[in-house]
Amino acid sequence: MVNTSVELCGIRLDNPVIPASGTFGYGREFAELYDINCLGAFSIKGTTREPRFGNPGPRIAEAPGGLLNSVGLQNPGVDAVISRELPELARVYAKKVLANVCGFSVDEYVEVAARLDREDIVGWLELNVSCPNVHGGGMGFGTSCAGAAEVTREVKRAVKKPVIVKLTPNVTDIAAIARACEEAGADGLSLINTVLAMRIDPASRRPVLANVTGGLSGGAVFPIALRCVYQVYEAVSIPVIGMGGVRSARDVIELMLAGAAAVGVGAANLVNPYAARDIIAALPAEMQKYGIDNLEAVIGGAHNG
Amino acid sequence: MKKGIFTLIKNEELIPGMHRLTLVGDASGIVPGQFAEVAVPGYFLRRPFSAAGFTEDTLTLAVRVRGEGTAALCAAEPGARLDVLTCLGNGFDLSLAGERPLLIGGGSGVPALYPLCRELVSRGARVTAALGFNTAAESFYLYEFASLGAETVLYTADGSLGRRGLAVAALADFEYSSVYACGAVPMLQIIDREAGAPAQFSLEARMGCGFGACMGCTVETVNGPKRVCRDGPVFSGGELIW
Repeated sequence: MVNTSVELCGIRLDNPVIPASGTFGYGREFAELYDINCLGAFSIKGTTREPRFGNPGPRIAEAPGGLLNSVGLQNPGVDAVISRELPELARVYAKKVLANVCGFSVDEYVEVAARLDREDIVGWLELNVSCPNVHGGGMGFGTSCAGAAEVTREVKRAVKKPVIVKLTPNVTDIAAIARACEEAGADGLSLINTVLAMRIDPASRRPVLANVTGGLSGGAVFPIALRCVYQVYEAVSIPVIGMGGVRSARDVIELMLAGAAAVGVGAANLVNPYAARDIIAALPAEMQKYGIDNLEAVIGGAHNG
Repeated sequence: MKKGIFTLIKNEELIPGMHRLTLVGDASGIVPGQFAEVAVPGYFLRRPFSAAGFTEDTLTLAVRVRGEGTAALCAAEPGARLDVLTCLGNGFDLSLAGERPLLIGGGSGVPALYPLCRELVSRGARVTAALGFNTAAESFYLYEFASLGAETVLYTADGSLGRRGLAVAALADFEYSSVYACGAVPMLQIIDREAGAPAQFSLEARMGCGFGACMGCTVETVNGPKRVCRDGPVFSGGELIW
């Protein structure tokens, strides 16, 4: 009998698998298909102070080994998330969620995080300083050490729950940003958000996405995610949630060897709604295949020797 | 929503660039107006197609070649096994139909109305199906609608077959108790503005997941943002902010 459980900032998870923000809504669509209590945890759709429609369409495009999205943080706003989405979720889900928070100012991050911090179902706050699809917010904070640190520091002052900062790979030195977040008090990091990308339609000679650029996710970005997690693990001592193109139990193990304490599953949920459940189910056999009894013990294993 | 493996048993080219794929698998539970998402080998995102016909164990999809993914799907040989999500979306509201429903289909929007037509006819409604195409050479599915017993009226933009003009002319040409439409947005906008009875529209959209998770296909409505894949693809008259 293998042990799949891991700890994330003081909370024990049955397994390391965490559907990533923006690929799992508020859980409702998936709870109709399977018991989502099999998850380690999951991260809710990025939440802002006001309701947002997001960017104009088209905001989805095919890519080799993945997809581009330029959704732009469509969400019903923090009031509706607290009054409607979280109570609905609590009827079918008994574990904790990561409350993914985004903003266009430091004040907005602080306000939204402070409100979600009071919700029982919220186990962690995940600060999205890495969304490439909004203008004047999101990734604007996460591409500089000072910006990422300021958001982290101010939110930490206003909340009690662990703060996990979600980082973008669209930077020169992700380890430096990671260190800045740790120094500002972050309890954990999650990475990577999507990779800034685009496509052009040769027939119309125009960008496919109305927003011109979007974020690439799916298997295509897995090696990038792995590299980022590997580098960040060496730079900080706080736990890292590794994500980006995870498709299988093998990918989970690979990311944990690179240093991930838990693993996000994103784009895979969008093409196979059972992806997260299937990866969890496959994990014990995959562990046995590689002689792993206790999954937690392999975290960072690729760095030894 | 259901996920299943289907076997392609027939791949017919209806007109150049438009294929009818007949699949065998668990197609139970589908209602008219719902769609399916097909995983195309070699491509990441599934591709959405309205259910153009179904029984308990067969599913028919009308696929227009739009890009590389649909081209690959239309090149599939009988015997190919395809991973398909079915029972997606809300479907048409049949309670609005009344005794004389008017179905208006334009081009590749026509097949989505076929299961609806079949269901309305079976319920005893006197259905008029107004089908519009650019030219006679681009027309298809006429026999299918006619053989259901619907009054099937053809419109072509160039007058090469049936009545000359656009299918929306049916709003003036026939009496009706309700309108169900699928086709190009400009056609749907005219119907939304001019229909003198309850109307329903089936929208097409570029989708990510097809089941409400990714927010890729959201449109504005008078009731706030709605996902075409999950809250639609069928919307009611007056609901959409075009």
